Amino acid sequence: MNQWKNFTKGFIKENPVFVLVLGMCPTLGVTSSAINGLGMGLATTFVLMMSNIVISLVKGVIPDKVRIPSFIVIIAAFVTVVQLLMQAFVPALFKSLGLFIPLIVVNCIVLGRAEAFASKNKVGSSAIDGLGIGLGFTFALVLLGSIREILGSGKLFNITLYSENFGTLIFVLAPGAFIVLGYLIALINRLKKS
Amino acid sequence: MAKRESTFMNMVVTLVLVTGIAAAVLGFVYDFTKAPIEAAKLKAQTEAITQVLPAFDQLGESYKVQTESGGDSLELFPAYKAGELVGTAVKTYTRTGFSGYISIMAGIDKDGNFSGYSVLEHAETPGLGSKMDTWFRNSDKPKQNVIGKNPETTRFTVSKDGGDIDAITASTISSRAFLDAMKRGYTAYEAKK
Repeated sequence: MNQWKNFTKGFIKENPVFVLVLGMCPTLGVTSSAINGLGMGLATTFVLMMSNIVISLVKGVIPDKVRIPSFIVIIAAFVTVVQLLMQAFVPALFKSLGLFIPLIVVNCIVLGRAEAFASKNKVGSSAIDGLGIGLGFTFALVLLGSIREILGSGKLFNITLYSENFGTLIFVLAPGAFIVLGYLIALINRLKKS
Repeated sequence: MAKRESTFMNMVVTLVLVTGIAAAVLGFVYDFTKAPIEAAKLKAQTEAITQVLPAFDQLGESYKVQTESGGDSLELFPAYKAGELVGTAVKTYTRTGFSGYISIMAGIDKDGNFSGYSVLEHAETPGLGSKMDTWFRNSDKPKQNVIGKNPETTRFTVSKDGGDIDAITASTISSRAFLDAMKRGYTAYEAKK
């Protein structure tokens, strides 16, 4: 398979948020600001890539009937590693993402890629697939977070663009996430068609 | 490599190995990050104390005060400058926030007035309740400012409930919770004075 295509498919063609519509819980939950989206996306990218690599390495020795529990343990181990590292070295970001970091374990994207890609492909392709899908996820979260932050609180990456008093609060709250996501999916579908 | 058969033995051995290796890796990372996590927590706490109190050069030994039966005890940090007490920081909390638990570091100067506060932990709505971090120390708006006041001379309830403090617009519940935490901190401080 063409590795470049393998890498770039995560951004538009198989974007986990806009096209596969996976991992909606963290997507809607953490994207109240661009920086949260970025942190969550990068944490997920790391977990995706590492678990894809390990799972494609051990796929031959895992009996079929216990593959899901084995994959989950591997994924959970990497998530805990990320959690401890973030707590130690970026405590502020860890605080604002809070509960959503441990929830990467049950993120459908990670198990989805393990099952659909890493358990059938070689290590190299799996690593690139994990990186591509992870960055696609990050791209989606940052885009969503930026739009919500600009419309909701008049800021972008905490830099004030206009007075917060003119912000539309609904975009920072959960319903705003659904509205923005809906329009973005529509836009991506339009772009894919043409 | 051929796929291994799903026999009972194979499955047991695989699961034991996978979980064992995962546990070993986690133990190693936990050990490695233990010290930095502690240091980061301590640093955040010291930073919060510095922010809420007048300038000091030495922190005294902290002590704990129980304000109500069954509630968590509060930790108080006396601060000294040249051997003289300049204020006490109280790590206080409330459970009545819009999303539950809120933890606040409140500074009380030597005259018994609030000298500052810093919200350590909260899950309030971004853009609404989360404004409490700046709202209650806006010196341009005396009716919403809590700095320089104390619950004995000022009624620490929102004006809607007959108090003297203006609540955050559209976040009365978060504001009530904030004032509840501040009052609890003050009670602990008074109890130990």
